[in-house]
Amino acid sequence: MSHYESPIRKPLVTGDKSYHDVTLDVVRPVEGKANKSWWVVFSIALIAFLWGLGCIVYTVSEGIGTWGLNKTIGWAWDITNFVWWVGIGHAGTLISAVLLLFRQKWRMAINRSAEAMTIFSVIQAGLFPIIHMGRPWLAYWVLPIPNQFGSLWVNFNSPLLWDVFAISTYLSVSLVFWWTGLLPDFAMIRDRAVKPFQKHIYGILSFGWSGRAKDWQRFEEVSLVLAGLATPLVLSVHTIVSFDFATSVIPGWHTTIFPPYFVAGAVFSGFAMVNTLLIIMRKVSNLENYITIQHIELMNIVIMITGSIVGVAYITELFMAWYSGVEYEQYAFLNRATGPYWWAYLLMMTCNVVSPQFMWFPKLRRSIMFSFFISIVVNIGMWFERFVIIVTSLHRDYMPSAWTMFSPTFVDIGIFVGTIGFFFVLFLLYARTFPVIAQAEVKSILKTSGEKYKKIRAEKGEHAKLYDEPVQEPLPNFTEQFNSKSNS
Amino acid sequence: MYTMSSKLKLFSLALIIVGAIGLIYGFIDAPSSVEDVKEMLHAEDAAHSGEVAMGSSGVDEAAHADEHAEHVFHQLQNKPWAAIYVPALFIFLISLGVFVFYALQNVSQAGWSPVLFRVMEGITSYLVPGGIIVYIILLLSTLHLNHLFIWMDPEVVANDVIIQNKTAYLNTPFFLIRAAIYMIGWILFSKLIIKNSRKLDEEFSLTLHKRNFKLSAMFLVFFIVTESMMSWDWIMSIDTHWFSTLFGWFVLASILVSAVTTIALVTIYLKGKGYLEHVNNSHIHDLAKFMMGFSIFWAYLWFSQFLLIWYANIPEEVTYYVSRLEDYPVLFFGTVIMNWLLPMLILINSDFKRVNWIVIFAGIIILVGNYMNFFVLIMPGTVGESWFIGIPEISSILLISGIFIFTVFSALAKAPLTVKHSAFLEESKHFQY
Repeated sequence: MSHYESPIRKPLVTGDKSYHDVTLDVVRPVEGKANKSWWVVFSIALIAFLWGLGCIVYTVSEGIGTWGLNKTIGWAWDITNFVWWVGIGHAGTLISAVLLLFRQKWRMAINRSAEAMTIFSVIQAGLFPIIHMGRPWLAYWVLPIPNQFGSLWVNFNSPLLWDVFAISTYLSVSLVFWWTGLLPDFAMIRDRAVKPFQKHIYGILSFGWSGRAKDWQRFEEVSLVLAGLATPLVLSVHTIVSFDFATSVIPGWHTTIFPPYFVAGAVFSGFAMVNTLLIIMRKVSNLENYITIQHIELMNIVIMITGSIVGVAYITELFMAWYSGVEYEQYAFLNRATGPYWWAYLLMMTCNVVSPQFMWFPKLRRSIMFSFFISIVVNIGMWFERFVIIVTSLHRDYMPSAWTMFSPTFVDIGIFVGTIGFFFVLFLLYARTFPVIAQAEVKSILKTSGEKYKKIRAEKGEHAKLYDEPVQEPLPNFTEQFNSKSNS
Repeated sequence: MYTMSSKLKLFSLALIIVGAIGLIYGFIDAPSSVEDVKEMLHAEDAAHSGEVAMGSSGVDEAAHADEHAEHVFHQLQNKPWAAIYVPALFIFLISLGVFVFYALQNVSQAGWSPVLFRVMEGITSYLVPGGIIVYIILLLSTLHLNHLFIWMDPEVVANDVIIQNKTAYLNTPFFLIRAAIYMIGWILFSKLIIKNSRKLDEEFSLTLHKRNFKLSAMFLVFFIVTESMMSWDWIMSIDTHWFSTLFGWFVLASILVSAVTTIALVTIYLKGKGYLEHVNNSHIHDLAKFMMGFSIFWAYLWFSQFLLIWYANIPEEVTYYVSRLEDYPVLFFGTVIMNWLLPMLILINSDFKRVNWIVIFAGIIILVGNYMNFFVLIMPGTVGESWFIGIPEISSILLISGIFIFTVFSALAKAPLTVKHSAFLEESKHFQY
């Protein structure tokens, strides 16, 4: 009875699915051909990406002055977008690592896409630290490499340098974690491939995975260790991103709650993005039996919880601004609420604090349309959160003579649009070439959490056989055969 | 059914009596007038003869010495009060943390923990006596019987503009009302949820199960808000000039790690006595994992708060750490070793997490470390450099833990140690990891 599961738990795989059905459902998009709408969406994303690329080339060749930054506001859309993309990336690791540590079986249908989303959004985030540099061609100076300047090194006291280490480590660990999980699934596609080219490609991607017991044992152990490492990593990465602001002395930036609150916000926005993507993906890739309403509901609950944590943090900040008695701090928050960017603050508050509270109602959080809507709202809200933190704190701080405003140029906007385009280019390519559901993992929970098997257990009790007994053909009578042969 | 052994009863009563005597001694021993302190300081000076400061004017020096004596007098008068306040608050918050963990198990529909529910319910029972003790100490503070919270002293407030700006929040009636709301809320939720759990013993009912689920979710929302405010009120306001937005969550981390540790220790004790037949080493393993995880989380928040204030070095915040680094260096860094380094090194090994004595060993380190954490949070603002872990401090710990042990184990004897019905009980019985 080691695999007992409470009957109260809802099935995670619906429909009458067997192991083979899982395989077929997962490989269908990979083995099939892209339809017209895929090409349409892909072209749009590609155009956006190319437009963004043009803006980046323009920025680098002309100078940062093409952006809307000024002498007071040295960071605006660039770092807002950076933090936003990094934040989105966090849900992937959270789903695959933290939910693994908490033995959440529902993660299995969504972890692959969530991790893909992590990697693609960290790539977008990684662009900004480079392109917002005045001299990006000297970017390699941030690395502590022995050199001909008398071994001139970097100063390890800057959170911007910590960012370099955090983001690059995060990307590499996420990539390894993702790829390890992909090995059995690539092997499955390799084994099914009929065209030599595909067989060759997936043969390379799957690293010769053959699925022996020892391999699986080590595979599980590696996953657990990586999950154990990725969890502190995911916390520390966004913590370090938050240090960019919190270590400063700017009113509105210097606050100790930033590390955990940025992480909560990252999980919040990341889950919203996963929800947005998966609600579409389950429809277009026919994966409704794997990414069920139950999954969407659970993601909504995570959004609700992290949204509430973010809400508590907002209120804490407001209270402390008053309680501190520091007039700069008090003004920073007064300015957010009633200054020229009041609309951004209001938008952020409504989207981040109010909208997740709708998820308390089961009807709403089980509605796909509503979840989709809220997930977009949350992503808008979280973009504005970073914008509000960065811009409203900078545009009015200690010296009133340095007060100013910020408005983005088309280049600022173009680069942001470009990263969205690039993200979708990568994600759309992924959805057509990669197994978007970790089929090996889903198969491991099929008999405990599949609807078909739950039904069998409900009818025949806990000890019901969940497999067909192999039928033994009667053996031919060898003695008779032998006798008849020797006789003839 | 569990019955509290007479040995344990005797032991807890002995703790209470010894602790009470020691604490009373602490109160008697505290200097009753500034003159006593002056004499004491004089004697100390005599001991360090030759180190007499070269004052430029005798009058100034005398005035300064008077001021210093009065300062030390207040600190020493506070000492027995702070000594009892630290463990009273710490252990009360442990039982609150256990209930939070219990509520978390309910809302997350955990399949491993139902066999431990009764242990958690038992520890939660300390909420009532613990809450009364803490509330009485707070009440006595507002009645000016001590100087734990300087903002309660009208004389101090009259001369302090910064505190005056905070009086809209920091005033005694509002303070007491808030404290009452938190306590009544927490206790009410615990009573309701535990009552439902007892009712479930008679017969499984999905309605009751769902009701507890909802109540637990409501409690957690109530808790996260009240916990933040509680930490500002009861701990942060001691250093009235100082503020930190992270503070509430930092205290929360300390509460959670101590709470899970307490659950593990009580479980291992009961299991060792032959109760809790369904608890196996996988359950212990899970608890130990939470112990390790939360201690790392504690360290993360400790470090984040410290780093940000150290890095920016803004004078109005940094004094908080300056006084701690100057007067409590060993305890200050000791907490990091006890609450993070040692538990992490001990509990990182998967096999170790299944060995009872190792979990107990790590658990004791964590509990002592978190007591130290509360000590470093509360003492610098109440007794300053006059701190010492002596008779009043140790007796207070003995007194409160005696009451805690007595309450918890007599509560454990009131219901079967394993719940009879829970939607996930069967999963929990067969849990292996």
